[in-house]
This record gives sequence, C-alpha cells and structure tokens, in this order.
Amino acid sequence: MSELTQTVDVCITLNGHSIKATIPARENLADFIRHRIGLMGTNVGCEQGICGACTIRLNGDSVRSCLTLAAQANGHTVETIEGLTDSGEISQLQEAFHRNNAAQCGYCTPAMLITATELLNSKTEISRDKIREYLSGNLCRCTGYHAIIDAVEEVAEAQNNGR
Amino acid sequence: MAVNRKVIGQSLPRPNVMSFIKGHGKYLDDIIVPGMLHVCYVRSPYAHAKIIEINADDALAIEGVVKIVNGKDLLEYCKPWTAGLTNLGEMRSAPQHAMPPEIARWQGEAVVAVIAETKAIAEDAAELVEIDWEELNPVTDLQKATENDSALIHPELESNVAWSIDIDAGEVDSALENSDIVVEKVFEVGRQTGVTLEPRGMIADYDRGKSYLTLHHATQVPHIQRYIIARQLGLSESSVRIICPELGGGFGLKLHVYGDELTTCALSMMLGRPVKFVADRLESFLSDIHARGHRISAKVGVNKDGQIQAMTLDNLAGCGPYLIHPRTSVIEPLLVAICTPLAYNLQHYRAKATLVYQNKVPTGQYRGVGMPIASLVAEGLVDAAALACGIDKVEIRKRNLHAVDAYPVTAVSGEFLEGLSQVASLEKLTSMMDYKGLRAEQKTMRDKGIHRGIGVVTVVEGTAPSPALYAAGGAPISSRDACTLRLEADGEISCTTGLTDQGQGGVAIVTQIIADTLDLSMDAIRVSMGDTATTPFGGGTWASRGTAIAGEATLRAAKAMRASILEVTSMISEQPVDILDLVNGEIVNLETGETQMSMQDVGQAIHFKTHQFPEDFEPEMIITRHYSQREQLMVYANCALGVSLDLDINTGLVTLKKIWAVDDCGRIINAKLVTEQLRGGIVQGIGSALFEECLYDEDGQLLNGNLIEYLVPMAGDVCDIECAHIETPTKASELGAKGCGEAGIIGVCGAIMNAINDALEPFNASVTSQPFTPAKILRALGKV
Repeated sequence: MSELTQTVDVCITLNGHSIKATIPARENLADFIRHRIGLMGTNVGCEQGICGACTIRLNGDSVRSCLTLAAQANGHTVETIEGLTDSGEISQLQEAFHRNNAAQCGYCTPAMLITATELLNSKTEISRDKIREYLSGNLCRCTGYHAIIDAVEEVAEAQNNGR
Repeated sequence: MAVNRKVIGQSLPRPNVMSFIKGHGKYLDDIIVPGMLHVCYVRSPYAHAKIIEINADDALAIEGVVKIVNGKDLLEYCKPWTAGLTNLGEMRSAPQHAMPPEIARWQGEAVVAVIAETKAIAEDAAELVEIDWEELNPVTDLQKATENDSALIHPELESNVAWSIDIDAGEVDSALENSDIVVEKVFEVGRQTGVTLEPRGMIADYDRGKSYLTLHHATQVPHIQRYIIARQLGLSESSVRIICPELGGGFGLKLHVYGDELTTCALSMMLGRPVKFVADRLESFLSDIHARGHRISAKVGVNKDGQIQAMTLDNLAGCGPYLIHPRTSVIEPLLVAICTPLAYNLQHYRAKATLVYQNKVPTGQYRGVGMPIASLVAEGLVDAAALACGIDKVEIRKRNLHAVDAYPVTAVSGEFLEGLSQVASLEKLTSMMDYKGLRAEQKTMRDKGIHRGIGVVTVVEGTAPSPALYAAGGAPISSRDACTLRLEADGEISCTTGLTDQGQGGVAIVTQIIADTLDLSMDAIRVSMGDTATTPFGGGTWASRGTAIAGEATLRAAKAMRASILEVTSMISEQPVDILDLVNGEIVNLETGETQMSMQDVGQAIHFKTHQFPEDFEPEMIITRHYSQREQLMVYANCALGVSLDLDINTGLVTLKKIWAVDDCGRIINAKLVTEQLRGGIVQGIGSALFEECLYDEDGQLLNGNLIEYLVPMAGDVCDIECAHIETPTKASELGAKGCGEAGIIGVCGAIMNAINDALEPFNASVTSQPFTPAKILRALGKV
C-alpha cells in the first residue's frame, strides 16, 4: 500500500497565501483546494477532465484541478474563484453574468468564469464563435450557453471600446 | 383591490444569482458535519447475478475502515418497497431493497457499503471487497423480453411486462381506410440519462439521543423524500429533517428513491455517526435514473389536403428491473400515449404501450417525461404526411392545429386543453425565423451543394399536474404547495415555501410576486427553501410546477399579508381600511396622500407594541396559504419551435445554424427566466437528438458510462437560440401562470429530426432513430 500512503511536502501559493503542507502524494489539486484548504468554490463534476467544473488557474493558465496532482503545484501559484472574486479582477465579467442570468444552478459557473477570463485576456479577436469554441471544455447542463456567450461578448466589446 | 403590477412581468436579475457567480454556492459536498464518515459502494459488475459469498476481510483490515455492510445486514434497518400506482391499470411490480440481499438486477446496483474515515480510504477498501457471483441470464432486448421463452427478472411476476395501456378513441380503422394517404414510420428513441453536473449526494446524521435523523440531501423534493425515508426506516415523519443544500442541477433525476441514499440513512442509524455519500461520475451513469428507450410504430392517415384523419401508435418501452419509486416508470410511456395527438385536431386515435423490465439501470422521470417522444412521433408523422401530400410543412400544421375559437378543447386522447395560442405562436415563429426567406435560401444553397434543413414543430407542454396523476394512484406525492410569509419587526418579509430552486429562478419568482403584491422592494424580502423543519409542506420542484403552483400559493399569501398589514394600520391610525394602500414599502392614506405608517412601524407594533391594540385584537403576521391545481390533469402550455441546420452529406455531421422558439406559458413573471428555461431545455434536447445514448451490450453492460464516451452538448456544439413569448393566462389560478421548464426539450428533438429529414429530402432518405448520429445519417444516405 506504499503508493497509497506515500507523502510529499508542498509549498503552494494559493490566492496570494503561501501554504505549506505534507500531503498524500496521490492527492489531486481539487481535493487539496476543497478538502484540505476548505475553499469550496471549485466544484468537481467528473474527475476525468471532461466537464471542466474544477478549472482553476495555475501560474496564470486555466487548468483542470482534478487532473493535476497537488504535488505538481509545489512551488507554483494557484488562483481559485475565491481569490479572483476578492481581488476584483473578474468583477466586470461577474456583473455581466449577473445581468444576463448566465448562471442557473451555478455549479459550472466559477470554472466558466476562469476559462472565459483566460479568453478575454488572450488579446485575440473575440467573436461569438470564438467564445463558443473556447468555452467548449466547460459543461453547463442548465443554461444552454446562450446567456453565457452574451455575457462574455459584452465584456469583450467593452474591452474593445476601452482600447 | 386590484394589484398594481409593478414587478410581475419584469426581467429582473435573480436575487440569489450573484452568490453563485462569486463561488459561494454551497452544494452537498461542500458541507462538513463534525465526526462525519464516508461511504463508498461496491456495485454489481453484472446485469443479473446472485451473490454467493462476500469476503470483506482484506477491506476491513485497512486502517480507517469502520464497517462493511451488505444487503442482508440492512434488512432490519430498512424495509423494501414496491412501487406502484393504482389509477393507471394493473402494474406488475416487485419489492426493491436498498441493497439486494441476494440478487443484483442491474450492473451498478449497490451491493456492499464500505464506511471509512475518509472517502479515499473507503474507495481503496471497496476495491478489496471480494464477491463470489453466480451469473443469471440477463434480460436486455426489448422484444425478446416479451417473448414466452425469455428469462424472467422476477419469476414471481410470471412476465417481464410491467404495464400496458390501450387507448382507442373514435373509429380508427375506418378512418385510416378512408384516408387518401397513410404514412407509416418506426421511431426509436435511445435510452439516455440526466447528467446533472453535480452528482447525487447525501449526509445522514442520526442522533441516537433524540432518535432524530437530519439529512443534508441533494433533492428536488424534500417533503416527499422525508415521508418515504421515514417510512422505510421505521421512523416517524417528524423525526426526520431534510435540509437541501444548493443543487447542481436536478432535471427530475434528484427526486426518485435511490437504494444507495436509503442505505446511507440506515448506516448512520446503525453507527450513530454522520455518514456522507457522494456519487462519482462513473457510478452516476450506473445508478442515476435513465430515461426514454422506446420503439414506436406509428401511422397517420391524411386526406390529400393534409387534413389528419387518424393516428395510431404502438410503443414498446423498456424500464429497469424495478419500477422507480414512488412515481413509477410508467409515466413516460403513459405520456407518450396521451400527449402524441394533443397538438392537432383529430377524432380517431389508437395508442398501445407496453413497458417491459430489463436488467439495466431503472428508468424514471427526466425532464420532459415522455413528451419529447410524443412530440417527436407526432411531428415526424406530420412532416412525413406533408411530404406525401406535397404540402408545405408549416401549412400542414396550420390546417390541423385546433382552431383559434375551438377552446376549451378535449383532445382525442381525452386531455383537456383550456386555452392555447398555437396558431399565433406558429405565425410569430415563422415571421421571426423568416420562414419564406429560409426556404428560398435553402433552394439557392442546395444548388451550391450545401444541404440546409428546416424543421418546425408545434409543441403542447403538460405542466403543473393535479393530484390525479400520482396521489390518486396512492403515491405519497404532493401536487400541492404552500407559502408562509412573516412580517419581521424591522418591516421586512421572510418567506418560506415548499418549492425548491435548482437555478430555474424559483426564489426570484416568489420574491417578485411578493414585491409586486406588497409594493415592496425586492431587497426587503428574503426567501428560504428546502428545509422540512422550517418550510411548509409542499411538493417541491418537478413537472414545471413551481411558478404555476407555488407562485399561486405565494400570491394568495401575499394578498392576505397585505390585508393584515392594512388592518393593523387602520386599527392604529384610526383610519378606515379602504382608504389605505401599500405604496413603495409604506402604508399611505389615499385621501391625504400622506404616509400613515412604515412597514417597520407595523412590524414594531405587532411584535412589540401590542399594548396599543384593543383587547381582542390579535392580528396574524405569519400567514400561510396553499394551492393545488385540481381542475386539469395538467395545465397545458404551448410552444412553436424552429430549427435551421446544415447537413454534411459526406460525413453525416449536423451543424446547427439557429433555433427559434415562441413560448406561451400563460402569465409571465420574469420573461428573461422563461427564455433561459427554454434555452436550457432546448440544449438538453439537442443532447438527446444528436449525441446522448446509454449504449448497452446484450449482456446488460453499459458500454459508455462516462463523460468521455457519453457525449453531452458543449458550447461549440450548439447555436444561438432566439425566444419570444405570448401570454395566454390559465384560468385555473388567479396568477394565471403555466409552466415553461420542458417546452424546449419536448420540441427540439422532433424539430431537429424534421430539419435533418428536410435536408435529406432530395436524397429520398430519412432518419427516425434518435440520437441522429452521423453514422445513422450516412446509413440513411446509403453511404455506409
């Protein structure tokens, strides 16, 4: 059972705080964030990297936390919905989601915001098709996506006008 | 006094949506109860097999494992149940155990519970549980299951046929004989499942001292679940409390009785400790209800002018090895039988349905329940008839819809249609989508080798059921709902209701109705749901009933609260009650225009300063009102839906271009939320139509029970959906609202099938087997 009990020491910068812990080597980043640290805004939907509900930001990139070992985040920077909400970085997009009712049950929403923010920050030309393509790794079972696309498009247009 | 509509009808943001957007949604798995253990289930690897011996020694030896329990151990804690309804003819039904003591009847049925200090330990240990099985013959094929030499899933029932129904209205045979054209089709609708993004889950916390079971339970129907769970565990209903966290999707999936959930309750009673169960995605596919799985042979007889004379259908449908409790699995084929002809004016109709047991996951109510199948069959027949008659597909519908002045209509299957706006909806739809323009464009595109298909359907959606559907058949299912309002001392309103909200907007709807009736700011109203200890008994959320049923109860409670507030103000201010009114959160004297009291003044008066009251004056400031819809089996709403798509005839791939929907759900409280219900339902229906199917082999093994192989629609798979609304309020309630949660999923499957077949028309090909995959389309084209 050694592979089940082996531990590793990690130091992860989570939402700006440095966290040191000794954890099972097999612990995934989603479980680390949720059950070890207690930040429950990151949701788990499939644990096989398809639904995207567990998407977080690792060194600035959106990443599936269910497919990432916590040990792989050792020495790196992790941001979750809690950190991004508190910093105000995604407030414009959150307001657009609010206006458009771009969330129903809300289970996919934190991850959807993180993926959409990556697109909005990418400095590429943004169209509805581009948004659809970019968000195609995040399953939403409630909204039918239209309102989510509207919200992201609104922010993209506001960004363009601001340029 | 007439209510001045200020808030009802406005597309305001949901009061609770920002909390989700900030990541504050608190779901079942986010809840930690001190001392909590975790359960992981060992599930049957076989579709039909006998448990010979269970060896759990190695599993028990792992540090952190607390207990391992099998179906026999559970017998003294949890009674088996037998699902059935007495109002729908004879049902053959067998008892189901929370975990079977002897025979597993589907691959994925929970057979052993491993309880440990952490979920990881429970999962590790579950892998070490050894079970010696004796395989039994699985019953998997629908047709073979009905044959005399088939193996039997429940030998004591002497047949695998669970239920059947015959409807025979008018003179079908002669009407078909007299029809100019008879079109015959066989439709198949694949088995699928709900795939809530959040899996099922529960924390059971039994307090031995108080003999009290507290459940954090991800359910749409807390009051109904409480009744059943208490009964199965031998507890009184008042000894069980269910608290619903936020739900990550429901869609009907989270309202059935699941053996693994009842086992979790029993484990907590056995151990006297809290036990958490959260399904993972793989076990969701093997244990969440499945739905659909029907094969329908259907005929329509029409005259040359496209007038429908008669329709027949023979439906062979599969369920699991048990009827799902407490609603049974028969409602899906029942609704196929009664809803198929609803949209159209015909006098001769025959429907037969046979539901057979299979060694597969039990089937149950999933969004739309039978109606998506009914609509697919009806709309498929109508398009086939249009083609045979050489009539335009919108025109043939106009010729057959119930006439505008015909309402109320009793449809050929006996259903009462109080008032629909089918003709107006269809006209609005065709103008929105520029139907003529699309047809012209289609012609031009065909010349360029692009195969565009256009599908148009007219949908009738059953909503807000009466007790005649379930309770009349003996099922403990409340079709009633309630709203309790309390005026607080600070002048704000607290509301509790039996309704639950999985994101549809129930909180918003209830808040808007109260704000409107009391002319109060939405910020001064707080709605709580889902806790059986604090909310009035109600049916919860299913069958598009929230706004229609709980909304009406809320309107009644708010009107009574309004009267009570005015009465108190009248008493204290010594002004006649009929010159007082609520205006912007204050009680105003209409004659002087002056503010008589604020809401806070009234709150303070009734809770603290009762010395101001005359001796016999005790005004009620906690007010509960109920409502159940009893006039119609279901309150029927309607929708017209159009699809435009491109079909690649070389790959069979479908690209959705645009979808339009015109919905009539009666009185609209919040049009934006209606639009979002339509869009959400439409995209789930796109999943049904194009991607989703639970594929089984002949041994009853699910071949694609994971999100890699079971495809659900992602943003890039779907298109923009433009919605519009018409309001034909129901007379069944003062509010006038009908439901709107299922029109999208009901209509879009048939609309997509019709659009694909529209694109295939030049090739003399068609598809009728859902999902309409590229392989099936290429086969229809003779390319593979």
